[in-house]
Amino acid sequence: MSNKRRITERTMHTLFFVVASASIVMLFMIMIFLFMEGIPIFDEVSVKDFIFGKYWYPTSEPPDFGILSLIVASLAVTLLSALISIPLGILTAIYIAEIASKKVSEIIKPMVELLAALPSVVIGFFGMVLVAPFLQNVFNIPTGLNLFNASLMLAFMSIPTICSISEDAIHSVPNSLREASLALGATHLETILKVVLPASLSGISTAVILGMSRAIGETMVVLMVAGGAAFIPESIFDPVRPMPASIASEMAEAPFRGAHYHALFATGIVLFIFTFLFNIVADHIAYKYKQVGEATL
Amino acid sequence: MLKTEEKLKKINSIIVITIAVVFFITLNSVSFMVKMLKRRGGNMKKINSIIVMAIAGLFFIATNPAQAGNLVIKGSTTVLPIAQKAVEAYMKENPDVKISLSGGGSSNGIKALIDGSTDIATASRFIKDKEVKLAVEKNVFPVAFAIAYDSIIPVVHPSNNINNLTLKQLKAIYKGEIKNWKEVGGPDLQIVINSRDTSSGTFETWEKKVMKKERITPRAQVMASNGAIVQAVSNNKYAIGYIGIGYLSPGVKALRVNGIEGTEETTLNGSFPISRPLFMFTNGWPKGDTLNFINYVINPQKGQKHVAASGYVRLY
Repeated sequence: MSNKRRITERTMHTLFFVVASASIVMLFMIMIFLFMEGIPIFDEVSVKDFIFGKYWYPTSEPPDFGILSLIVASLAVTLLSALISIPLGILTAIYIAEIASKKVSEIIKPMVELLAALPSVVIGFFGMVLVAPFLQNVFNIPTGLNLFNASLMLAFMSIPTICSISEDAIHSVPNSLREASLALGATHLETILKVVLPASLSGISTAVILGMSRAIGETMVVLMVAGGAAFIPESIFDPVRPMPASIASEMAEAPFRGAHYHALFATGIVLFIFTFLFNIVADHIAYKYKQVGEATL
Repeated sequence: MLKTEEKLKKINSIIVITIAVVFFITLNSVSFMVKMLKRRGGNMKKINSIIVMAIAGLFFIATNPAQAGNLVIKGSTTVLPIAQKAVEAYMKENPDVKISLSGGGSSNGIKALIDGSTDIATASRFIKDKEVKLAVEKNVFPVAFAIAYDSIIPVVHPSNNINNLTLKQLKAIYKGEIKNWKEVGGPDLQIVINSRDTSSGTFETWEKKVMKKERITPRAQVMASNGAIVQAVSNNKYAIGYIGIGYLSPGVKALRVNGIEGTEETTLNGSFPISRPLFMFTNGWPKGDTLNFINYVINPQKGQKHVAASGYVRLY
């Protein structure tokens, strides 16, 4: 019997090992594929012209493959959405963890997390059909499909990430710190701002960066509500064309292994580098400013 | 909107893979459960047969390969939606015929016809002299069949008082030279330009017939489908857009071009300026399955139904 058990144990060991390594292998294969398909474009345009070129006319004769406006669009949309989602996400997290009664937070927390379950296409549709005409009427602008609308929708998507990770970080701050602060005569608000928040800062930073990396890679929403004009925006009400939207809308019909196809993959590489950097920074912060002592996650 | 079928196919294959993976995982958990049950003296035979069935199902899913066709169609992405629907219907009627269909553009289709790697090349333009010469050198004699017409209609918001624009005005608007509706006799509103992604066939026609190869301003909003343009224009009194004739709807107002209304009739008699015929090319007069398929496509009761359903103009 014990022999049989050992065999089962060992089989399950290998099984889990195979499953775990499968995801790593797949990730690497996708990465290699991405680079293999993207790099040939640099035979046609230099890296500098590709990244700093202002014009994206992949199908005209002769074509122009400059993705500066796409990069700027992606960064602008991500930053603006971060400006909206960071305060909302963190304040919600503080409310849930520190202020709300247990009953209230038990209702609000799942609600916020449910927001993450909304499919991005639904959020995109919402932005396209309801928010766009609304923005257009309220601000009296020519088009409701613009940078601001896209940022708003992306903020919806990153709030749950930011909120729930921040909440975990705040929650893990040990009660002894709070009690010490209160015992020294600090008010509830002072305790939150000066003790609890600094103690959970690394967790919150990780949350923010993960939220932003979700926003920069999001495709469906920006495809539907960003407007898709490939020029460098001058106001937050200009339509823009972030990188994922460009890849998604053009890939289906780009001639296989043609210059346009390679250019789209190269755009994918740039996007990959951005999200990769975000994740490295998040990892770095989480590691370097690790919550110490009793405040560890 | 154009590529729904193709996307569906991709989604299908993704679903199949997912099912396979899920199957794999459940199988393992089932085998666990079985062990538990065995220990409690469960019904062995029943359990075993379940496992056999599960494994068989897994194999069935895993070993169902995409079969290579004996009729190959390649070419224009504009023709793709028609071809897709026609191919599906044709294969349903003739289950023994396997057709493989791919896009890649008119030029690639004709190139494939010349080097013999396709039976039918679809094209949104007529074959060029250079290509004919190249074909004849390789002993290939392309025969053209017009299968449908493509007609692109400029549209604006119903509240816009403009009814007609000349080709020249349309070009200036899309180049970004005319920025306000009052410059063409409309209200004092900024023009919001809606265009299609550069790889769509609708864009291609527009670029050729209206822009005459000049570039559309980068400020133009780019929509992923005809439907998205209808959606955007019907909600925006500043907007102009262009759509395939099949997508006209009451939410948008169709403009006349050079004073001519875009209808099936003006498309067929050639007076509407933003239209073009779509072709299928074969090597020599077609025979066998190729002939049957082309006959099917131009049959008014059969293939031509799919032409209208894809948003193009029927031959008759």
